[in-house]
Amino acid sequence: MTPAPQAIGPDLTAMIACPRCDAVYRAVQPGPGERAVCACCKTVLIAPRRRAGQQLIAVAVAVVVLVVAATLAPFLAIEVAGRSNASSVLDAALAFAAAGPVAILALAVAALIVFIPVLRALLVIYVLGPVVLDRPPAPHAAAAFRLSEELRPWSMAEIFVIGCAIALVKIADLAQVHFGPAFWMFAALVVLVVVQDGFMCRYSVWKSLER
Amino acid sequence: MEIAGTLRTAREMGLVACTSCTRVWPAGTERCGRCGHRLHTRAPLALQRVWAWWLVGVIAYVPANLYPMLSTRTLVASQEATIIGGAVDLARHGNWGIALVILTASVAIPLGKFLAIAMLALGVRHGSALTGSRRQQLYQVVEYIGRWSMIDVFVVAILASLVQLGAVASVSPGPASLFFALSVIFTMLSAQSFDSRLIWDAEREGRRA
Repeated sequence: MTPAPQAIGPDLTAMIACPRCDAVYRAVQPGPGERAVCACCKTVLIAPRRRAGQQLIAVAVAVVVLVVAATLAPFLAIEVAGRSNASSVLDAALAFAAAGPVAILALAVAALIVFIPVLRALLVIYVLGPVVLDRPPAPHAAAAFRLSEELRPWSMAEIFVIGCAIALVKIADLAQVHFGPAFWMFAALVVLVVVQDGFMCRYSVWKSLER
Repeated sequence: MEIAGTLRTAREMGLVACTSCTRVWPAGTERCGRCGHRLHTRAPLALQRVWAWWLVGVIAYVPANLYPMLSTRTLVASQEATIIGGAVDLARHGNWGIALVILTASVAIPLGKFLAIAMLALGVRHGSALTGSRRQQLYQVVEYIGRWSMIDVFVVAILASLVQLGAVASVSPGPASLFFALSVIFTMLSAQSFDSRLIWDAEREGRRA
């Protein structure tokens, strides 16, 4: 082992750099419910919550159950002149599959509204499970958590729900529309996704994976 | 939180910060020992990447507006609608609210995003009339709002899967849906390639000069 270059003396593990503007601080853990904010660019750096681990796991489990159920059950049904059709989330994703060159969109849509949200939830369970149980982190937990964070902008289930609302209005004149059970499941999902992002303190997770 | 000395950047202290997990390492470290992310004092070629994705995003946005987004067949007629045409139709039927939502999500927001990213990238090179905090806010808005443009693609997917009533009425997606989705994805990648630390570098240099 070679000694680490002593750039500024103090222990680097106690420092935190703002990812947005590069300002460096000596990290002081705020109390639960409090937030540490970058003095330069106002980015929230640390925002711990009590028992956030359990809550996040509970939400992640709920997300997996909801997405899987909502994918298979019909979420909207229409009726025109005695003919009716019901559509599940999977049908919506695959709507592009039959349309020739647009078919790759079917894969992309399925990924954005079903696979990525589920994958993120599974990764969160994998990473936080051992932490909550006071066990050492699972193998490759750091890589798993980084992947989950990188996928965050690509998880679009909540946008899909708002899309449903617009689609409904568009065809309201044309046909009678009924909500299926999956629609309500997806609506609940939107709330859960928002809760999940609000509870997640990345700094605390990384700290807990350090051991 | 305690400021380490006066407010200094990791680069000034001879350190390199991990943008993924906020840990700091001695300058020259290649990978973050905590999360495994690649470390760069500033993202290399960040602006070139921003411009490259930006350009393909803009290019894809053109056919997205020229080709039909949806084609609708009913017993009496069949019609194809572009993004703007569809919104105009809705407005004509009195659905002003939804027409406005569609115009905002598929026209105003994409155009605004192109402009905002171009402004941020140009601001790094040539300075900007906006303060660092304003530009930081603008960047966060672009990052947050970018995903929501996908809504139009999802609407097409929902309509095309739902409205399949044989001869009575059927909806199928047009080529514009693919181009539009690509444009949104490229613009998201463009925004993600931008290293917001560059905003603050220029700001700090300006203060010192």
